[in-house]
Amino acid sequence: MSKGLFKISPGFEDVMPAEYKELVNNGPYGKDLGVSDLGTFKELIEEHPLCAGCAEALALRLILASLPNSEDTVIVGSTGCSSLLFPQVAVQNIHSLFGNQNAVATGLKRALRLRFPDKVKDVLVIAGDGATVDIGLDMVMQSWFRRELITTIMLDNEVYANTGGQESGMSPQGAVLHMAPLGKKFPKVNLPEIAREAGCAYVATISPALPRRLGKVVRRAILVAREIGPSYVQIFCPCPTNFKWPSAQVLQKIRDRQKEGIFKVREYVSPEAEAYLAGLEVVKQHDEEQ
Amino acid sequence: MAVSEYQVRPGPEGYLPPAAASMGVELPERGAALVEGRVVPEEEAFQAIAEKLLAARNPVFFPGPAVLWAWKDGVAEKAEAVLKLMKAVGARAIPMPDYRPKYPMINPAVEINPNHPNLTIWHNRIDVGVFVGVHCHYANVALKIIRGGTDCYTIALCGEMGHEDAMITLRDVDIRKLERLTDIARALAAAGPLRTGVMPRAGTAV
Repeated sequence: MSKGLFKISPGFEDVMPAEYKELVNNGPYGKDLGVSDLGTFKELIEEHPLCAGCAEALALRLILASLPNSEDTVIVGSTGCSSLLFPQVAVQNIHSLFGNQNAVATGLKRALRLRFPDKVKDVLVIAGDGATVDIGLDMVMQSWFRRELITTIMLDNEVYANTGGQESGMSPQGAVLHMAPLGKKFPKVNLPEIAREAGCAYVATISPALPRRLGKVVRRAILVAREIGPSYVQIFCPCPTNFKWPSAQVLQKIRDRQKEGIFKVREYVSPEAEAYLAGLEVVKQHDEEQ
Repeated sequence: MAVSEYQVRPGPEGYLPPAAASMGVELPERGAALVEGRVVPEEEAFQAIAEKLLAARNPVFFPGPAVLWAWKDGVAEKAEAVLKLMKAVGARAIPMPDYRPKYPMINPAVEINPNHPNLTIWHNRIDVGVFVGVHCHYANVALKIIRGGTDCYTIALCGEMGHEDAMITLRDVDIRKLERLTDIARALAAAGPLRTGVMPRAGTAV
């Protein structure tokens, strides 16, 4: 794959639908754009089938706007709400069997490194809490133990949302859901701590209520996974449909949870990753001064 | 090679038509092609494709991502050869730029959705459709849906091994074969009008 993939063959420009021409001419491919540039370029996703007010949809929009290398990025997804959206994203993506996403991403990343040794190819896992912390936890943790150079992003909507509202490992203790009427009996799994202990070089928790910070976190996670080691980002985006919140209040609910201390923005950077990111900053500053 | 009695003809063959492969239609060897499920020499298929396109009332090419996007060396040249062939047979193009489902809206006059190709065929009243540069797994899906629900005569110009579910399929299609096809079409067109103005009817041999 190359940026040429996004060049229309001469002679076919006239028949291409307008949105593709716009994506070629005004999309983010090959440009250093980020969350703060939203609104100035053709986004990688515009329409999606997720529920009104879905914080996960907003999180995905922000993630896609933050990709440092969108033309050479492959996203591996898994069963869940996000898998309804990915077929409509203008980035290469693979849907894996429920929970297998980190195993698939591992094979993909290794194959890409063999096939394109001189190119940067980012492999990004984006999956829900069910695929990451419940059914797929084995594959997720094993990829961290092996220090696979992939970024894992969990969309923590705290419920099995698209199957009717069963409790997940990330549902808060006491949560009463459509298909969990007795309330959850144990607390959320502390996956960020597990990720750090399992060998991730970069771990962060963030929410779409902090868009610029989310963009920065995603970018740092991807950069660390290029050279240093696996990275993990947990995005807090609770499901308004299952928690029965008005669509317009989701971000406020997230902010409230943050104020109450139930959700905390955190970041862990290993010393090696910190040195690497600092080095990149120096290079960037130098480039800007030139 | 096994010879199947099954003929791959325009539909509509019903909601769930059998895959031609499951009816015993086998892909052609190198140098051969399939015409309505029969293995024929490639030259015979060239002639059949040119005749079918020139006789069509509304021939349309469906170029896919492998030819629409100049993603590697040689693609632009292949695209140019496809355009020359389209011009020679008087066809227009409705592109299939990628395989994303276009929900909630699809404009079948502007692009063909691989998951609902029948909408495009019906909307544009297409009697002959040519797939070129469409990745095989999506071409297989689209060709089967078209045969199931429409009476469109499908032709697959495949860069790989061909497609049993197209009424005519060429395999290993490269620039040389596209140019050969263009030359045959030009010669046929120069020899006299072939256009019948009649769309093939369901269930009849064409």
